Amino acid sequence: MAEKTKISLTVNGNAVEAEIEPRTLLIHFLREHLNLTGAHIGCETSHCGACTVDLDGRSVKSCTVFAVQANGGELLTVEGMAAGGELHPLQQAFVDQHGLQCGYCTPGMLVRAYRLLQETPNPTDDEIRWGLSGNLCRCTGYQNIVKAVRQAADELGQKEAAE
Amino acid sequence: MSDIKEMSLEEREATLGGIGSARKRKEDARFIRGQGNYVDDIKLPGMVFGDFVRSAYAHAKIKSIDTEAALAVPGVMAVITAKDLEPLGLHWMPTLAGDVAAVLADKKVHFQNQEVAFVVGADRYAVSDGVQAVDVDYDELPVLVDPRKALDADAPILREDVQEKDNVGQGLRRHPNHIFHWEVGDKTATDAAFAAAAVTIKEEIGYPRNHPSPMETCGCVASMDATNGVLTVYGTFQAPHVIRTVVSLITGLSENNIRIVSPDVGGGFGNKVGAYPGYICAAAASIVTGLPVKWIESRMDNLSTTAFARDYHMTGELAADESGKITAIRANVLADHGAFNTHAQPMKWPAGFFNIVTGSYDVPVGHVEVDGVYTNKAPGGVAYRCSFRVTEAAYLIERLIDALAQKIGVDKAEIRFRNFIQPEQFPYDSCLGWEYDSGDYPTALKKALEAVDYEGLRREQKEKAAKGELMGIGIATFTEIVGAGPTRNCDIVGLGMFDSCEIRVHPTGSAIVRLGTKSQGQGHETTFAQIVATEIGLPSDAITVEEGDTDTAPYGLGTYGSRSTPVAGAACAIAARKIRAKAQKIAAHLLEVGEGDLEWEVDRFRVKGLPERAATMKDICMAAYSNLPEGMEPGLETTSYYDPPNFTYPFGAYVCVVDIDRFTGEIKVRRFYALDDCGTRINPMVIEGQVHGGLAEAFAIAMGQEIVFDELGNVMGASFLDYFIPTTVETPVWETDHTVTPSPHHPIGAKGVGESPNVGGVPAFTNAVVDAFAQHGVMHMPMPHTAWRVWQTIDELGLNK
Repeated sequence: MAEKTKISLTVNGNAVEAEIEPRTLLIHFLREHLNLTGAHIGCETSHCGACTVDLDGRSVKSCTVFAVQANGGELLTVEGMAAGGELHPLQQAFVDQHGLQCGYCTPGMLVRAYRLLQETPNPTDDEIRWGLSGNLCRCTGYQNIVKAVRQAADELGQKEAAE
Repeated sequence: MSDIKEMSLEEREATLGGIGSARKRKEDARFIRGQGNYVDDIKLPGMVFGDFVRSAYAHAKIKSIDTEAALAVPGVMAVITAKDLEPLGLHWMPTLAGDVAAVLADKKVHFQNQEVAFVVGADRYAVSDGVQAVDVDYDELPVLVDPRKALDADAPILREDVQEKDNVGQGLRRHPNHIFHWEVGDKTATDAAFAAAAVTIKEEIGYPRNHPSPMETCGCVASMDATNGVLTVYGTFQAPHVIRTVVSLITGLSENNIRIVSPDVGGGFGNKVGAYPGYICAAAASIVTGLPVKWIESRMDNLSTTAFARDYHMTGELAADESGKITAIRANVLADHGAFNTHAQPMKWPAGFFNIVTGSYDVPVGHVEVDGVYTNKAPGGVAYRCSFRVTEAAYLIERLIDALAQKIGVDKAEIRFRNFIQPEQFPYDSCLGWEYDSGDYPTALKKALEAVDYEGLRREQKEKAAKGELMGIGIATFTEIVGAGPTRNCDIVGLGMFDSCEIRVHPTGSAIVRLGTKSQGQGHETTFAQIVATEIGLPSDAITVEEGDTDTAPYGLGTYGSRSTPVAGAACAIAARKIRAKAQKIAAHLLEVGEGDLEWEVDRFRVKGLPERAATMKDICMAAYSNLPEGMEPGLETTSYYDPPNFTYPFGAYVCVVDIDRFTGEIKVRRFYALDDCGTRINPMVIEGQVHGGLAEAFAIAMGQEIVFDELGNVMGASFLDYFIPTTVETPVWETDHTVTPSPHHPIGAKGVGESPNVGGVPAFTNAVVDAFAQHGVMHMPMPHTAWRVWQTIDELGLNK
């Protein structure tokens, strides 16, 4: 076993420090060390997006990122989406539109959709589809996922207009 | 008597959230928060990890396995080989198909990536280092990849362990690489019908090897408690009870000392029905180390070793009169089952229900032969989102009827109308032995054609053809056979394929329902509660549904082959009716009338003629524990084991429209309309979701999925880099529709639906692609329809000039 490296970062708003093997993948760090099991491993080759988390304002596939690369960073996982216990509009929209079935891809989808709506607040259906094309789902046929993101985008847009 | 509120009947019904309600899913609350509990999320105190050393060769003798360096790796605790498992009798395991499969390769390997040794260590990284450090010395053997050569006199013999056996579990065989021969139908009458036919067609129609590849791979955590001798295995099991029985048969452990738990399962699609070496090795390693052992497949392991699907090489023939009315069908199939016969079908059905190959058509006579063979490929042959071999059968007949239409120059919708089993013919006995329960095929197809303006599409196609453009219209009017199944003809390792439901009603008007099935995303926690809600008049929100723990759930055969609703769903309704029957007795006691004086109304029993005198189910629940008629046992609970009298036969009419770029071969699915008839609809939202998902998987299969091998048996591309999983961008938009033809024998008239879209979707896509080339005389094009392949057809025909 290699020597351990110290890292510190912010995860869902909480400061985290840890000593890890340098080769530790971010997904394993989250799941094994921090017990944040929302993000999943689906392919190990960064194709499926089940492991998607948000690092410093970008969607990353945590199965192909070393934990040390997140040193000093700010990380958001699905567990951090419901601020103050209140569901994020995307989470509610996935329920409303039946945008999930087995639930395995859902955390990655949600976190990716979260970033997509930051990048493109009022996306067309086509932009939603391109924006989620790094996240695979085998259950839903995607249609209801697209509808869910649309619902959340509309809701967030209205909120913003009201503010 | 009770708190009858001033709610209308409709309001009371709506409050229940029962059958027919598009109720939101109960399971979503945890999944959207990242709080699902999948097997890889499970951590037990002291848990260690295990992973496999896998074979680099498809066929080789193992000369030696050197584990010394691996054992020296920090963190590695043990390396288990076949030799270590042999004294326990665990180096081979029986398969669900009557064959045996190697748990760890015993003297030779039969396919690339086969499990050779199991490394156990403190964490994933140590285990990975250990796997790299195991040194296996092989002697390569000649490799058999092409199933067409499996039965040649000079073919290499693969399974030396069963070489002398004339039967490997599914009847007599005629070659060491032969697994079974199965036939059904009337050969003489079929031959005669073909000899007398005005028109015959014959097509070679392959269905490539593909893989269900759910988003979550297979895995388990095995924990042997040495103190009390209880083995607990958490795992990705579609059929936890069957796994418990199989583990008992394999290990000799008493079944009461085995607890199998399926936690949340991240999709199955047939991949998680069988028993895999990982489960056995994790259990053995837990026994050896005294610690809980976790084994989780990588994606590459999943795609290259756990159960594949299809790999059916079919020759289909139709005989017909001049008008296109089919007079006979003949099918000859070569089935590649890989290295071990581990397909998961009911045991008496080595080719599953392939004899549903007459489809939705009134075919007077037919004959089917299927031969299964061994090759140097991963074992399997599971039903990837379909009932047993039904998708292969549906693909064959839906392709053949299109070819027949083209040959005699009849429209592809019209030929279906000419051949449909008519509504008045149900229950319909097919020539190959099935009794179709109900259907109305002409109505479904008419509705579909109107919805898409079929005539308009055909006109447009003609106009485009005149300009050299390629547009195709594909129709599929399929019939499935789901709900395995009646125990008189369906079993797995001797276990009848019934299913079960236990209901416990609590005093304050809520309930827990447990079933022998296991959801992998189908939404059982939501939909089964709806059935019970309607039947016993308690709100579905007050009904918890639990599955997957063999210590608590009643015995059942699990979830695959769209059997949950037809079988466990029926058990649910029957159990609920038993509850209601007891509730009626209690109501009579509470209202001081005779049982016969009562009538059921949504959520209560009313006294006939005196509607204001009623006992609500909520009242009755409390009374069941506090105020009972003389001599009645307290409590309100029951169990039902349901042995279905027949299968259910969902059907549908699909239309797919494609535009094909004649310079690149790229296919654009312009439109996909799917009409499904699954009888009574329990939750329309969930049904629509199932149809969307099944169609997306059908799209994947038709357009790109294939597990390819080179001549040495190397798996070419068993990762998501190469294996096609469509993204949001390629996946078409789906239009769904329905008709409702209830099943006459199912308690609530429901049929299965989850797999229909895959069964009907695949031929609809291929039919559309071929249809685009029909004017150029093309009768069939093999799947998958990648741009490269389609371009080759275009180029051969000179259409890109």
